[in-house]
Amino acid sequence: MKYSITVTLKKDVLDPQGKVVENTLKNMGLNSLKSVRQGKYFEIEVEEKNEKVADKEVTQMCEKLLANLIIEDYKINKL
Amino acid sequence: MKITNKIIEKHGLKLEEFENIKKLMKRDPNLLELGVFSAMWNEHCSYKSSRIHLKKLPTKGKQVIQGPGENAGVIDIGDNDAIVFKIESHNHPSYIEPYQGAATGVGGILRDVFTMGARPIALLNSIHFGSPSHPKTKSLLNGVVSGIGGYGNCIGIPTVAGETKFNETYNENILVNAMAVGHAKKDKIFYSRAKGINKSVVYVGSKTGRDGIHGASMASAEFDENSEEKKPTVQVGDPFTEKLLLEACLELMKDDSIIAIQDMGAAGLTSSSVEMASKGSLGIELNLEKVPCREENMTPYEMMLSESQERMLIILEDGKEERARKIFNKWDLDFVVIGKTTNTKNLTLKFHNKVVGEIQIDALATKAPVYKRKWVRKKIKKSKFDLRKIRNVKFEEALIKVLSSPNHSNKTWVTNQYDQMVMGDTVQRSGSDAAIIRIHNKDKAIAVTVDSSANYCNSQPKSGGKQIVCENWRNLISVGAKPLAITNCLNFGNPENEEIMGEFTECLEGIKEACEFLNYPVVSGNVSFYNGTNKKNIYPTPVIGGVGIINKLSNPISHKLKNDKSFLLLIGKTFGHIEQSCFLKENFSITDGSPPEINFFNEKNNGEAVLNLITLGLANSVHDVSSGGLIVALCEMAMSSNYGIKIEKPKKIRNPVEYFFGEDQGRYIVGINNENLTKVEKILQKNDIYYELIGFTQKKYFEIEGLMKSDVNDLFKINNQWYNQY
Amino acid sequence: MNSSVIVFPGSNCDRDIAVALERMQFKNKMVWHKDTTLPKSDLIVIPGGFSYGDYLRSGAIAGKSLIVSEIIKAANSGCLILGICNGFQILTETGLLKGTLLRNKNLKFISKDVNIKVINNETKFTSKYNSNQILKINIAHNEGNYFTKENHLEELNKENLIAFKYCDEKGVVNDRSNPNGALKNIAGIFNAKKNILGMMPHPERMIDKMISNTDGINLFSSLISK
Repeated sequence: MKYSITVTLKKDVLDPQGKVVENTLKNMGLNSLKSVRQGKYFEIEVEEKNEKVADKEVTQMCEKLLANLIIEDYKINKL
Repeated sequence: MKITNKIIEKHGLKLEEFENIKKLMKRDPNLLELGVFSAMWNEHCSYKSSRIHLKKLPTKGKQVIQGPGENAGVIDIGDNDAIVFKIESHNHPSYIEPYQGAATGVGGILRDVFTMGARPIALLNSIHFGSPSHPKTKSLLNGVVSGIGGYGNCIGIPTVAGETKFNETYNENILVNAMAVGHAKKDKIFYSRAKGINKSVVYVGSKTGRDGIHGASMASAEFDENSEEKKPTVQVGDPFTEKLLLEACLELMKDDSIIAIQDMGAAGLTSSSVEMASKGSLGIELNLEKVPCREENMTPYEMMLSESQERMLIILEDGKEERARKIFNKWDLDFVVIGKTTNTKNLTLKFHNKVVGEIQIDALATKAPVYKRKWVRKKIKKSKFDLRKIRNVKFEEALIKVLSSPNHSNKTWVTNQYDQMVMGDTVQRSGSDAAIIRIHNKDKAIAVTVDSSANYCNSQPKSGGKQIVCENWRNLISVGAKPLAITNCLNFGNPENEEIMGEFTECLEGIKEACEFLNYPVVSGNVSFYNGTNKKNIYPTPVIGGVGIINKLSNPISHKLKNDKSFLLLIGKTFGHIEQSCFLKENFSITDGSPPEINFFNEKNNGEAVLNLITLGLANSVHDVSSGGLIVALCEMAMSSNYGIKIEKPKKIRNPVEYFFGEDQGRYIVGINNENLTKVEKILQKNDIYYELIGFTQKKYFEIEGLMKSDVNDLFKINNQWYNQY
Repeated sequence: MNSSVIVFPGSNCDRDIAVALERMQFKNKMVWHKDTTLPKSDLIVIPGGFSYGDYLRSGAIAGKSLIVSEIIKAANSGCLILGICNGFQILTETGLLKGTLLRNKNLKFISKDVNIKVINNETKFTSKYNSNQILKINIAHNEGNYFTKENHLEELNKENLIAFKYCDEKGVVNDRSNPNGALKNIAGIFNAKKNILGMMPHPERMIDKMISNTDGINLFSSLISK
């Protein structure tokens, strides 16, 4: 089974990178831009066939390593 | 909205403190006002437990331009040059999120320094972790080191010195203390005292978010069940924005636009506005809807308590607004007039033209509580260890145990992650007794170092307090600098516990005595209490940062040996004090007993003599003898230079282990070129200095007659292996 | 000789390089990134630092700033351009130099003195060095791991466009003497016309015996006597 995972800083946490990218895009004249948040993207493939078990494992991967839950949120999508 | 006992508690206030607030206000505070009080009356801002003791420290001297009470201390180094410096802790945030906690610690202390008009020229740090085998230590260590480096490297200020230590006492509570040093013109120092009525209060820097709103946000969540969960959020450092803020502030400071300036550090907008008004005996009015916010729908409460980083509050002279705005716009930073000074002596908070809070400035500042907490003197635990056991120790094996231990192993794996060269004036980098930073475009320099001895302080706080000041002083002497002043970061446990308060009181007694004797005043500092968990407090860990001056930088000196045919002198008397030594800790796991005592007279006399030898150009390398004793100091000299050493069989020796591993204080090893020996001995004798000619340098081998002979390269490998295997 | 140092928000070696240029008798001007014209220059230096915090990718955002189109024009007309550290990263982002700088192999910031070997000393940047001369120069970077496509690497070798390679104190170029994982130990490269040099090590940090050594001086004296 394949998953895609995005990890972004929590909404209330300052995102310096996103802020600079946002300003630069605006300076380049892309005026419709409202906001930018920068994150990380992972594609993960697991051997597990049982969907429920696999989901649980991927969630664990996110919580134990991929995201720093103190400052980051994660989203899991099945591919 | 009713303020319940639970809300008061969540704001970290005691019920009797709340009664006091009501008395001062002559009414009940609203939630916003309560939040403001909690920020100003907490330990961090009010120094309520420590103030009566801190007052006893010597803070004055010919060299002092500004002592404690400002953003940072300022000392005079002649020719209209001043050095601005301070150390501060960021322990708790670093334990929660090591990278960001350490990074924002560095950012905060840098702002304290450039707020005063100084360009930061050096960063130092003292970091303490739990036992290396504790499951959390490794990730905390890596996170903190990258965080410190991440911030300093990016903003472009060299991280030049520091210490990295391990002790299980920090398993649940690491220490991250950062020190910044800046250079300013003596006649261009900026202070935080407001002056004049109706002057613009300007907010500059980053936007305000919900960062670091602690108990506060939890309390407010209770009132509004529909609001989304507001967890206390971690502050994220943005060194890039801080670099812009630094350059913009220094640009604005070129003329006389600024009346007062204050960094928004802990308790952000609250403490910065209150402190400026309080120092100027004025009032201040803020229109909070003007505060630049990162999030939508932020409340006045959140704005006043946010600890977002990279922000400053400035009070401007009339008519300077446009020029100032231009500068901040050039650097892409927010610049908003958010209020004005008033003559009401009140903090007046308005939101969309409605007064939402009003408190007397005095109630927040000068009338904040001061406690005379109970304390007890520490009982010294006599060592039960049978010292006869050390006679059976195999000398070389004992040395290897010490050299390869986490605390004594080489720390270049840390310092190689810090840019030490940027700014082009780092004469001596980490790894020496003190770093040397040249004053830009001049041929003079300052030396800086940071030190702590938690083991000594734990076993006998007063001796430990003395020792740590003396060791810091000695480290500056060892690179040829005249010590001028210190900053201190006092990391202790819970002050409501009499024993902890006793450790604090006694450590301070020791620090005071040493500073007075050495004319080494304290010009800035920070107190960090409540380090530890409910049951277990950390060892008392005062950290001392020292600054000294090298007036003529012609031939910088370090512990590196210069050639293979120098004499080595040991200055100061060796008694073989082995209790509290790292020898006993690493070889027998013994940590009780008393630390070595300081003899102030000898300390000063020896130090001044060594400084004299260096200034006269008679020494070619110098190293102070500290943790690990004579043998470790000698090894460090050899390993750093790849020359060997031969120590002759010591005369009048009781026991080689005590002689070589004892940690007696006030000692230095000095390398002397052959032709200077007579001259040097004459000077030492004339000044009544006790010294021994212990041996000489040679090629390749580290040798102690009759005890050991090792290739210096092998010692180097042993000293470097710990981290690689960790 | 006239030089210009481009200052981006977040540049932090701008003062250091200016000190070095002035000491070597260049007439130097600092140029703010929002400027739209360049002063008359024989040499343009893009200094080290963290332009725009190195957010997104190191050098990426600086590569989009106003002054860059002027730098490209100057480069095409033969002006000498030197990019050091972040400056090298910016040059690759603008396309003036090919390849890219990846994160260091050990995933850590590395700051230390390393040995590099002069590979091509027949350029305006390196003529005062001997061929194969070994220099000790400070590096300080997070992304110094040079990478490029195979056909470009062939070109670099064939056209003698490699300026410096990391080596040990005896000049041996191998994995052990490679601090950051750079392809073929590459520490600095030229463009095809050899008027642009990008390098990770900091020569401006090695001009003063009191601070370090003087191994960087000959880079500047090569330029001034070109």
